[in-house]
Amino acid sequence: MRYAMAVDTKKCVGCGDCVVACQTENNVPHGYCRDWIVENVAGTYPKLEIELRSERCNHCENAPCVRCCPTGASHIVDGGIVLVTHDECIGCGACIESCPYDARYPHPEGYVDKCTFCVHRVKDGENPACVDVCPTSCLHFGDLDDPNSDVSKVLKNRKWKVLAPEAGTNPQLYFLT
Amino acid sequence: MKTRRDFIKITAAGAGAAALGLHALSWDSATAQFIANGDTSPVSDEELTNYPTYCEVCFWKCAGFTYVDKKGNIRKIIGNKDDPHSNGRFCPRGTGGVGMYYDEDRLQTPLIRETKADGTQYFRKASWDEALNLVAEKMNKLRLEHGPECLALFSHGTGGKHFTHLVKAFGSPNITAPSFAQCRGPREVAFTATYGEDVMSPERTDIRDTKCLVLIGSHLGENMHNGQVQEMSEAIDNGATIITVDPRFSTAASKSKYWLPIKPATDIALLMAWAHVLIYEELYDKDYVEKYTFGFKELKEHVKSMTPEWAYGITTIDPNVIRDTAREMAAASPAVLVHPGRHVTWYGDDTQRSRAIAILNALLGSWGRRGGFYNPEKVHLPKYPSPPYPKPKRSWKDAYPPGKYNLVSEVLSTGICDATIPNADLDCHLRGWIVYGTNLMASLPDQKKTLEAISNLDFLVVIDTMPMDIVQLADVVLPECTYLERYDPIRTSPHREPYIALRMPAAEPKHETKPGWWIAKELAKRLGLGDYFNYENYEDVLDWQLKKVGSSLEEMKRIGVKKFNREFDDLYFLQNLEDFEFNTNTGKIELYSTELEMEGFDPIPKYTHHEEPADGYYRLNYGRAPMHTFSRTSNNHNLWDLMKENSVWINPKVAKLWDIENGQLIWLKNQDGVVTDFPVKARVTERIRWDSVYLVHGFGHTNKKLTRAYGHGASDSNLVSKVHMDPIMGGTGMRGNFVTFLKEKPGKEVNA
Repeated sequence: MRYAMAVDTKKCVGCGDCVVACQTENNVPHGYCRDWIVENVAGTYPKLEIELRSERCNHCENAPCVRCCPTGASHIVDGGIVLVTHDECIGCGACIESCPYDARYPHPEGYVDKCTFCVHRVKDGENPACVDVCPTSCLHFGDLDDPNSDVSKVLKNRKWKVLAPEAGTNPQLYFLT
Repeated sequence: MKTRRDFIKITAAGAGAAALGLHALSWDSATAQFIANGDTSPVSDEELTNYPTYCEVCFWKCAGFTYVDKKGNIRKIIGNKDDPHSNGRFCPRGTGGVGMYYDEDRLQTPLIRETKADGTQYFRKASWDEALNLVAEKMNKLRLEHGPECLALFSHGTGGKHFTHLVKAFGSPNITAPSFAQCRGPREVAFTATYGEDVMSPERTDIRDTKCLVLIGSHLGENMHNGQVQEMSEAIDNGATIITVDPRFSTAASKSKYWLPIKPATDIALLMAWAHVLIYEELYDKDYVEKYTFGFKELKEHVKSMTPEWAYGITTIDPNVIRDTAREMAAASPAVLVHPGRHVTWYGDDTQRSRAIAILNALLGSWGRRGGFYNPEKVHLPKYPSPPYPKPKRSWKDAYPPGKYNLVSEVLSTGICDATIPNADLDCHLRGWIVYGTNLMASLPDQKKTLEAISNLDFLVVIDTMPMDIVQLADVVLPECTYLERYDPIRTSPHREPYIALRMPAAEPKHETKPGWWIAKELAKRLGLGDYFNYENYEDVLDWQLKKVGSSLEEMKRIGVKKFNREFDDLYFLQNLEDFEFNTNTGKIELYSTELEMEGFDPIPKYTHHEEPADGYYRLNYGRAPMHTFSRTSNNHNLWDLMKENSVWINPKVAKLWDIENGQLIWLKNQDGVVTDFPVKARVTERIRWDSVYLVHGFGHTNKKLTRAYGHGASDSNLVSKVHMDPIMGGTGMRGNFVTFLKEKPGKEVNA
């Protein structure tokens, strides 16, 4: 089992609903977020393009945050989801420095926090909160080992890219282009 | 420690591009606030109880469920999958509705304005009894001394229905919402003049099934009209062509096959040139036009000289692009939709522009057709028994010469202002206002006039959940609880199939706030109008109504949304050229409007040249951001996290000329010398034309009680001091204002 997410940049309108839904689902404190929106504008008026991306932890197969964690708080569970055990985390911040996606933040209670792919929902067969809320249905989630999963199908049928492939992290967050 | 991104990161592509809005976030736990106190782990849905609601953060009214944990904390709001407004997916504002409930700046108790011996004024906390008695006393005095028609109600949102009922029972016809004269009015009047019916809300646009969607300045995706954004996404999946006309590279423009970066205020020329191409290349739907329309010959003659080359000189749009896009529309016909838009009060000839849009749709045969405009249906709930309303003897229209605004189908909010300012021809001006759920300082243009009207009032009562700017001007403030804490009327909005939706409380009202129905009922009791509110609890009304249509409150509490069968099988009622009589003078779709002609207006739209900015000035355009609604959400902590302030969009060439850097704080001054209360950040971006600037509406709040929103950004409403009135329906054209930049703090004392 390998969980992955694909973000359809052709449909994302950058509304930030994924951010709010994550905030309320996971009780992320105000002022912090586990997912966010990036807007890239290219060109000059009137020849322009915008790419909108909903970003979060890439749940890398080769995760630098896990490798550098001195206490083992950062770890990978079944399905390839990268998690942080809060009470094992000493808040040293090494993982924050090591992440090429800037996906982790220091939680005010002293540990490092980030996207869990809503593991508490996924274990019950549900989608992460951001996927279910997205008004444009631009987020696709599922098991890459299952060829019939939503994410497998879109990755088969569409062109895609990952971020910072040169980092060698083998990220599991894909962007449909 | 590395700084962390903000929630929304905006970059220009390319190496070394600076990211906007990067803030270091604090480690300090004292600054962190939790949505539900102290509990930092997610809770499974099984441990939560859910209560049906429909959203009140905007007018789309998506139905969903409020989830409450065992401690009674509201945790989240999730869409109801059976609801056609949301399809189970709320927009950021709906999801962030919890922030309205938890907002620590909420109005908590009734407030009464007091004046100290030295003349300074302040708000005193009052009991409900005292506040309601005072309001009733003022209303009674007004009724006795001047007549009940001297009362006006400004209302926006579902809860306003309770006060509409109260004010009608009181005997006044002066009930208005800024949603007509400041928003969709021109469109409704234009479509009614053309088709005998208006566009309604939610719009009857069949975006889901369209093959070609044409947006005229409509920025779907930034205006987060949920169902429409969802359907636009479906249309993208289905390979529909999107054509966006906008001087700004909007999000929708970025999703479009064609973006037409039009010179502002020239849309009618483009629309007429499109009509020219459709007619003279014989691309229009001939059978449809033959069978259903009136005035084709006149239209053909009228647009004869309005060629794409003619329009090029006005709009700056390449004639070939005008032809190509007209051909794309024709190829998709009748599954093509020239979208009527929603906020369409721009330049004062807005009814005529909306008429041009209506005419184009008729030429393309899209009205009543799949992929064009469908025929919505709604559930008709019987009205709860109550005595007939008294017949008013006067109205706001007395402020105008007889015959003016004959085509106005709703009360003009700016007309209420006019009727409040005393003048010699007016035998009695309005003397009391109740303002429900609308921040008039942001929702009306020409703040000077609004303030003048308010200064002539005997009393101003404001009912709201938040200390909005208008609250500062009230004599009495009545704090309503949020939509998550109250019952309200059943939602019966029209859709492809008729549906009803229930809003019920998920928590007890916080502080001393009360639901709107209770406030209206208590006022009625004190005014001797108790018979109009003949129930103990609003649940009694809902159950009575629901039982009349074969449901019950008990059932709706379980399911939230209920679908009914259509009464008529006519969703696409003109699909196969069915016989049909339109509700117009001729019984036809009027390409040539006999109604407008009779009122002395152009029967076919003409392009008129609008004023252009002087040297050093730029046209002020404004619009929406997807995470905010009007000015009402800017203090909502969840949504404030996403967008804390607006910025003024400036083209890089213009910025260079002024030596303004991205992120620099500047002030804006308009053609009348009005300067923004607060500085605003420059957003230097290629996404805006060099002749205009852009602000997201709803920022620059002046009420310090809004501890997050106060002083953040610039108020576009503040800068819209010049109004271009639509002579047909009294709409307030607001896009004819021009601003220049002040890099230094202006000489006047900044309102701080």
